[in-house]
Amino acid sequence: MGAIRLENVRKTFGNIDVIPGVDLEINDGEFVVFVGPSGCGKSTLLRLIAGLEDVTSGKIMINDVDMADASPAKRGLSMVFQSYALYPHMTVYNNIAFGLKMAGESKAVIEEKVRNAAKILNLTDYLDRRPGALSGGQRQRVAIGRAIVRNPAAFLFDEPLSNLDAALRVNMRLEITGLHQELKTTMIYVTHDQVEAMTMADKIVVLQAGRVEQVGKPMELYTNPANKFVAGFIGSPKMNFIEGDYAKARDCHCVGIRPEHFAISQESGDIPATVKIAEHLGAETYLHVNADNIGPMTIRATGEVPLGEHDRIWLTPDAERIHRFDANDKALSR
Amino acid sequence: METNFKSPTGKIAYSVFAWIVGLAIFFPILWMALTSFKSEIDAVNMPPLFFDFNWTLENYTGILEQSNYFKFAMNSIILSFGSTIIGLVFAVTCAWAMAFNPTKRTKDTLLWMLSTKMMPPVGVLVPIYLMFRDWGLLDSRFGLIMVLFLMNLPIMVWMLYTYFKEIPKDILEAARMDGATLPKEIFFVLLPMAVPGIASTMLLNIILAWNEAFWTLNLTTSDAAPLTAFIASYSSPEGLFWAKLSAASTLAVAPILVVGWFSQKQLVRGLTFGAVK
Amino acid sequence: MSTRASTLAGHVMSAPSIIALFLWMIVPLGMTIYFSFLRYNLLSPGMEEWIGFVNYKFFLTDHAFFASLANTLILVGSVLVITVIGGILIGLMLDQAIFGRGILRILVISPFFIMPTVNALVWKNLLMNPVSGFFAWISMSLGFQPIDWFTQAPLTAIIIMVAWQWLPFATLILLTALQSLDRDQKEAAQMDGAGPIAIFFYITLPHLSRAITVVILIETIFLLTVFAEIFVTTGGGPGLATTNIAFLVYTQALLQYDVGGASAGGIVAVILANIVAIFLVRLIGKNLDA
Repeated sequence: MGAIRLENVRKTFGNIDVIPGVDLEINDGEFVVFVGPSGCGKSTLLRLIAGLEDVTSGKIMINDVDMADASPAKRGLSMVFQSYALYPHMTVYNNIAFGLKMAGESKAVIEEKVRNAAKILNLTDYLDRRPGALSGGQRQRVAIGRAIVRNPAAFLFDEPLSNLDAALRVNMRLEITGLHQELKTTMIYVTHDQVEAMTMADKIVVLQAGRVEQVGKPMELYTNPANKFVAGFIGSPKMNFIEGDYAKARDCHCVGIRPEHFAISQESGDIPATVKIAEHLGAETYLHVNADNIGPMTIRATGEVPLGEHDRIWLTPDAERIHRFDANDKALSR
Repeated sequence: METNFKSPTGKIAYSVFAWIVGLAIFFPILWMALTSFKSEIDAVNMPPLFFDFNWTLENYTGILEQSNYFKFAMNSIILSFGSTIIGLVFAVTCAWAMAFNPTKRTKDTLLWMLSTKMMPPVGVLVPIYLMFRDWGLLDSRFGLIMVLFLMNLPIMVWMLYTYFKEIPKDILEAARMDGATLPKEIFFVLLPMAVPGIASTMLLNIILAWNEAFWTLNLTTSDAAPLTAFIASYSSPEGLFWAKLSAASTLAVAPILVVGWFSQKQLVRGLTFGAVK
Repeated sequence: MSTRASTLAGHVMSAPSIIALFLWMIVPLGMTIYFSFLRYNLLSPGMEEWIGFVNYKFFLTDHAFFASLANTLILVGSVLVITVIGGILIGLMLDQAIFGRGILRILVISPFFIMPTVNALVWKNLLMNPVSGFFAWISMSLGFQPIDWFTQAPLTAIIIMVAWQWLPFATLILLTALQSLDRDQKEAAQMDGAGPIAIFFYITLPHLSRAITVVILIETIFLLTVFAEIFVTTGGGPGLATTNIAFLVYTQALLQYDVGGASAGGIVAVILANIVAIFLVRLIGKNLDA
C-alpha cells in the first residue's frame, strides 16, 4: 500500500522559494514521473517526500498519515540514487541486506529476502562481489535490490539512469517498467529526460521553477498540453512556436505545431520554406528549414525524403493538431 | 613532467647523481645509525670509520639495561597514542558535522581552527605553565596528553574533513533511507569507508606528537618526560658518550621514521590543510 | 541542504572540538595579554600590580629583543631560501624517471621525521664537532682548518640543522605540485620551441607559485618558534648569538620567572606570527568550498 498526497508543500532555502507550494495526489501502485529542466525543483520535491530535507510547511500524507516531520527511516520508503550510492566496503549481499539488518530482521529472513531480490534482478552470481567489481548496469540493479527488499510503501528514483550509456539506459528503462508491472508498488521517478517520462509513466508531473505545470497521462500531455512550457518540453524534436501575423490570423498570441504534424509538398501549401539542413536517419528525416516571414522551424518526415540544402518546399500543418496559446502562454481550446 | 631519457646511459648517469644527492641528505641519519654500533673510541676516531670497525651492540644493551630508557619510551608511546586516540574521537565527530552538515559558519570555523594552530606556543606558555602548576599537572602524562591533543586537533579535523568531503553524501543518505540511526550511519557506513583517511590522520598525528619538543621540554621534568626530553638530557657536556647518544637517538627515531615512511603522502595533505593536493 | 534534525546533530557533534580549542587558545591568550600588563614575578608572589605598557616598553627596548628579533628573522629567512630553492631542485630531480625513485624519495623525506632534539644532538656532536666531527674530517682532508661551528658560526649551525629538517617538507610539497603539472602543457611549450630553461621559468615555476607560497607561509609559522634545536645545542648563546624570540620568552619566563615581561614577549611573538597567518588563512580559505 502506498498512496501519497502532498498538501501545499513548501520549501524555502533562505529567501528563495524552491517549492512555492505543491499539491499532488499519487495513487497506490501508480508509476509517477516528475519531469522538468534541471533546477526545476523535481529532485528537491523527491527529497522532501523521502525525508532527506525538511518541508518548510505543508503536509506529506503517506497512507493518510502525515509524515512531514518523520525521519526518513520511519516513512517506509526506499530510494534509488543517481550515483547508486552503494556501500563500497560491503558485498552486494550486505548492500542489499543493510536495511533489513537496521530493521533488526532475523538472519533467516534476511537471507531469504536477499536471495529472492537477487533472483528477480539476476544478481545471484554476484552476491559476494563488492560494488567496485560490477558494471554500471549491475550496480544499478544492486541499488534497486536494496530498495526492493524492504517492501517499501513506495520507491523513489532520483534520475537513476543518467549515469548509464545510451544502450544500457534503454534496457534498464524496460527493466524498471517490468519491475513495476511485477511488484505493483507505487514508484516516483525523477528525470529530466522526457523520453523516459513518456515511456515509463502512468502519470507525468511536469515541474518548472518549483511549480506543477501540468499533471496527466503521457498522451494527454502530448495531445493537450496545458501551456506553452509543457508543449515545448514534451515531444522531441521540440514543438515549433509561431508568433506574429500567422498567429493573429488564428486568433491567438502564439501557434504551436509539432514537427511531425506537417504535410510536405514541393509544389504548393500553406507555408513556403527553404531547407537549411536535412538530417537523414533512415526511418525518418529531420528538416531544419527557414520558413518565409516566420523563421526557423523543424519538420519531421517519416521515411527517406529526397530533400537537401536550398530546396524549396511548402508545409501544410494538420489543422486538427494545431495548438494555440494566449499571451500568458496558456493553451486555448481548439 | 617526466623526462624520458633517450639513452639508458643517460638514465644511469642521472640516477647515480640523484642517489648521491639523496644519500647526502640522508647521511646524518645513516651516520647516527652507524655510530650507534661503534665503541666509544671508534666513534671519535679520526679519520672517521665507515664500515671497518668492530660492530658492537654494547651501546644498545647498555641503554636497554638502563631501566629509565623504557620509562621515557613508554611515556612517548602513551603521550602520542593517548593524544591521538582522544583527538580522533573529537575530530571524527567534528569533521563529520562539518563535511556533511555544513552551515553558513562552517568555513569560518574551519579557518578559525587553522588559525589557532598558528598561535606560537610561547604566546601561551606562561598561563599554561602557571595553570599546570596550580592544578598539579606539571610533569603529568594526563596534562601533556591534553596539550598534545589540543595542539594537533586542528590538523586532525582538517585532514578528516578533507577525506570526508570525498565521500559522496548520497551514500550516507542511502543509509538513512535504509533506516540507520546516526551512530550506525557513522560506525557502519562512514568509518569503514574512511579507513585509509583515518589511518593516515592517526599516523601523522602520532608523528607530530612523538616529535613535539616545546611543551614536552617545558612541562615535564622526569615522571612524564618522553624521549625528546631523554635525548635532550644528553646535551649536558658531561663526557663524550657519542656512541651511546647515537644508539639512544636511533632507538628514539627508528619507530617513528618507519611510520613516517608510510605516511609521507598524507603529510602534504595534513600540514598544508589541503591547500596543495 | 539537510533537515533540522541533522543540522542539530551537526551542531552537537562539532561543539566539543570547538569548545575545547576555544578554551585552549583563547583563554590562555587572554591571560597572557592580562599578565603582560602586570608587574608579575614568580619570585615575589603577591606583589602583582597593574603597570600598563611598561613590560612592553622594557621588552621592546631591551637590546636582547633586537638581537633575538634579528636572529629570528635571519633564521627564518635563511631556512626559507635554502628549503625553497633546495626543495625545487630536489623536487625536479625526483620527478624524473630514475632507478629506485621510491626508495630515494623515502631517504630524502626522512629528516622530517627526526625529532628536533635528536636532530640537534646528532649535528652538534657527530657532524659539527671541531675535533672528531665528520665535517672536521672533510675540512682537514681538503687541507682546511676545521670550523668550530658553535663558537665561530653558531647561528649558521642552527640554520643548517633547521634547514635540513625542513628541506623534506618543502621537497614533498613541491614534488606533489610538480606531479600535478599537466604534461600536455609542457609538450605544447616544446612544440612552440621552448627549451628546458624556458619551460622551467614560463611553465613550471608559475605552476609552482601557489605551492611555494604555501611552503613559505607554513614554514614561517613553525620557524618563528624554533625552540628545541636551540635549547639542546647552544642554550641561546654564546651571549645572545642564537637566541630567537621564542627562546627569549622562555628564558624570561622559566629562568628569570618574569611572568609579566615574558607575557609581553609572547604577545609580540603572537603578533609577528599573525602577520604571516593572515596571508595563509586567506590563501587556504580561498580554495575552501565549504
